[in-house]
Amino acid sequence: MIQGIPIYHFLVVSTVMFFIGVCGFIIRRNLITMLMCIELILNSVNINFVVFNRYLYPDQLQGHFFTLFIVGIAAAEVSVAIALIINIYRRFSNIEVEKINELKF
Amino acid sequence: MNYSYTVLIPLIPLFVFLVTGLFGMKWKPIVSGWIGTAGMGISFILSVVAAVQFFVLSGHAHGAEGFPTFIPVNLTWLNLTETLQIKLGVLIDPISVMMLVVVTTVSFMVHIYSIGYMHGEKGFARFYAFLSLFSFSMLGLVLATNIFQMYIFWELVGVSSFLLIGFYYTKPSAVAASKKAFIVTRFADLGFLIGILILSFVTGTFDFDKLTQPGTSIFQAAAPLSFMGISAMTWAMVLIFMGGAGKSAMFPLHIWLPDAMEGPTPVSALIHAATMVVAGVYLVARLFPVFHFQAPDAQEIIAWVGGFTSLFAAAIALTQFDIKRILAFSTLSQIGYMMLSLGVSGYGGEEGLGYMASMFHLFTHAMFKALLFLGAGAIIHAVHSNYMYEMGGLRKYLPITHITFLIACLTIAGIPPLSGFFSKDEILVAAYNHNKVLFAMEYIVAGLTAFYMFRLYFSVFWGKDRHYHHAPHEAPLVMTFPLMFLAVASVFAGFLPFSQWISTDKLGFHTHLHWNIAIASVAIGVVGILIAMALYKKETNIPDRISARLGVLYKSTYNKFYIDEIYLFITKKILFNLVSRPIAWFDRHVIDDFMAGIGYTTEKVANRIKGMQSGQIQHYGFAFVAGALALALIILYLI
Repeated sequence: MIQGIPIYHFLVVSTVMFFIGVCGFIIRRNLITMLMCIELILNSVNINFVVFNRYLYPDQLQGHFFTLFIVGIAAAEVSVAIALIINIYRRFSNIEVEKINELKF
Repeated sequence: MNYSYTVLIPLIPLFVFLVTGLFGMKWKPIVSGWIGTAGMGISFILSVVAAVQFFVLSGHAHGAEGFPTFIPVNLTWLNLTETLQIKLGVLIDPISVMMLVVVTTVSFMVHIYSIGYMHGEKGFARFYAFLSLFSFSMLGLVLATNIFQMYIFWELVGVSSFLLIGFYYTKPSAVAASKKAFIVTRFADLGFLIGILILSFVTGTFDFDKLTQPGTSIFQAAAPLSFMGISAMTWAMVLIFMGGAGKSAMFPLHIWLPDAMEGPTPVSALIHAATMVVAGVYLVARLFPVFHFQAPDAQEIIAWVGGFTSLFAAAIALTQFDIKRILAFSTLSQIGYMMLSLGVSGYGGEEGLGYMASMFHLFTHAMFKALLFLGAGAIIHAVHSNYMYEMGGLRKYLPITHITFLIACLTIAGIPPLSGFFSKDEILVAAYNHNKVLFAMEYIVAGLTAFYMFRLYFSVFWGKDRHYHHAPHEAPLVMTFPLMFLAVASVFAGFLPFSQWISTDKLGFHTHLHWNIAIASVAIGVVGILIAMALYKKETNIPDRISARLGVLYKSTYNKFYIDEIYLFITKKILFNLVSRPIAWFDRHVIDDFMAGIGYTTEKVANRIKGMQSGQIQHYGFAFVAGALALALIILYLI
């Protein structure tokens, strides 16, 4: 329990972050920006995990560990994604997502 | 007494088959021939050793216990459940030892003979590989400890027979004949399999040892079972006999055997005269106590089928011109004798005369019929034709073949003291004791046999000299040696004390000649020979006049009583039109169209909606988020 701050404040922050991430993923054209938006989504989820753990089960640590896992995996995911984006750039000289639509019927 | 070495008798040909089959192409062909012959020679020696040990040295023949049954090897091959196990093993008892000697003797002689007969043929190594495969299968069948093992080897001999009939696979008639043989025997084997299943279902065992024990109680479960007013055991045994009838070419499943003569002549001698076609007789003999005590109706059927086949085939043999086909029909007729003899036999001591006579005739028939076929092979080798009307006066050119062929003809005609006389006489006695009608049929057959064999003999070796492409010459020693060996066997086999060795209760008994029947059968044989001599020794037109006078009768026997045509009519006109065509229509229009419809619909729908896959990842993301939101709203507000 964090003194004087109700849980809703945290949840509002994480919800706003989440939708900013979703909107950015759908609207932005730059692959790097889209990747950053995905990070936003993940981190909003991380906030939720930590907050719920802290408010609902203060004597347990699962939420914290889950968050650490997500941070670790997100780091790995970013490295793969950056590698992909670099390769895409080499091939198309471009990282505009609308131009990269080869993978279809 | 240790008989475990007998397991080598079938394994050596298997080994030879693998070696010559895998490496035969790399060697000179003759090497495969010698390997095959040497392997078969070892099996032959082992079989003779086993027979001498079993029948003579062991002293069982004079013991009060009779001949025991040994099972030196019995491996569990398939362990399906606690009670259902399929075993492979070796069974040593009087009839299996006798069959070992028959199979290995004839097979060994055929191996030697083929070195000369098949010399220079394309596929020489393949021929020897198949011969070894056949010998292995036949020996495994003979030594089977249980009915399922017998069934496995039964199919294996069918396959080897198929391969060898179709040996000249570039000849359409040979291919058709092999297919016919395979399909007809497979059809019969379906009955055999159902019979095995019924039998093992009611008794709970496959083992011959348990099935044929006298006074056994395993059949009690079958007593209350019946189907369509016929008891379960009768059904089982009739169906098993159907398998035997298919392999032994009994009427009406005989149609494949005459066509099987398309194979090389040594194959006809080995498979389609001496060994494989008597597998049906062996099967019935093997299960004889079951037939006799549990299904006497089935035994009666065997007697009549055998009797009818022997008469029917002898009648056809009278009018044929292809020498191998005459011999094929003669084989049918003689196997009919054996079946009839099993059918009329009783159990125990003198009562079991028919059983012993059948086995005796099987033995002597294997020797003289193999001799006849090998002799026919030597004739064909010399004149390059199968047809009697292209032969004549050959006794000057083929002296050894002539003498041995004459011995074989006299043997099959039942002239004393050759072996055929003894075995045929005992069959006639057994038939006489059982049923006078069957006896009369067989008596006529004895006369017909003598007539058609000597018709063949006189037309080929006497009569007028034909114009041959080149002067016929006697075959080399590798071909004449088997002829001489088998001729000696045919002459002296009759003096073996068979009745002390082979009997229903394994105790042995003493036979004696029944003079009235013996004299009568010799008389009709001599009459047959004399008529043949009068008609065919000097070429005359009397036979043509007689056949013209007989008209329809002659024509129908010449065309084998139109059985093949009836089969073709039933299959092509009735089965194909009434059953196969509707099924084919259903398959093509209902099942195939249903499947094609599924494919067609999928393709059309996919073409319509494939635009949704735009390649724009943000579209997918938007659809995903929208969908998730929609679901969330539905769950929140509607449920």
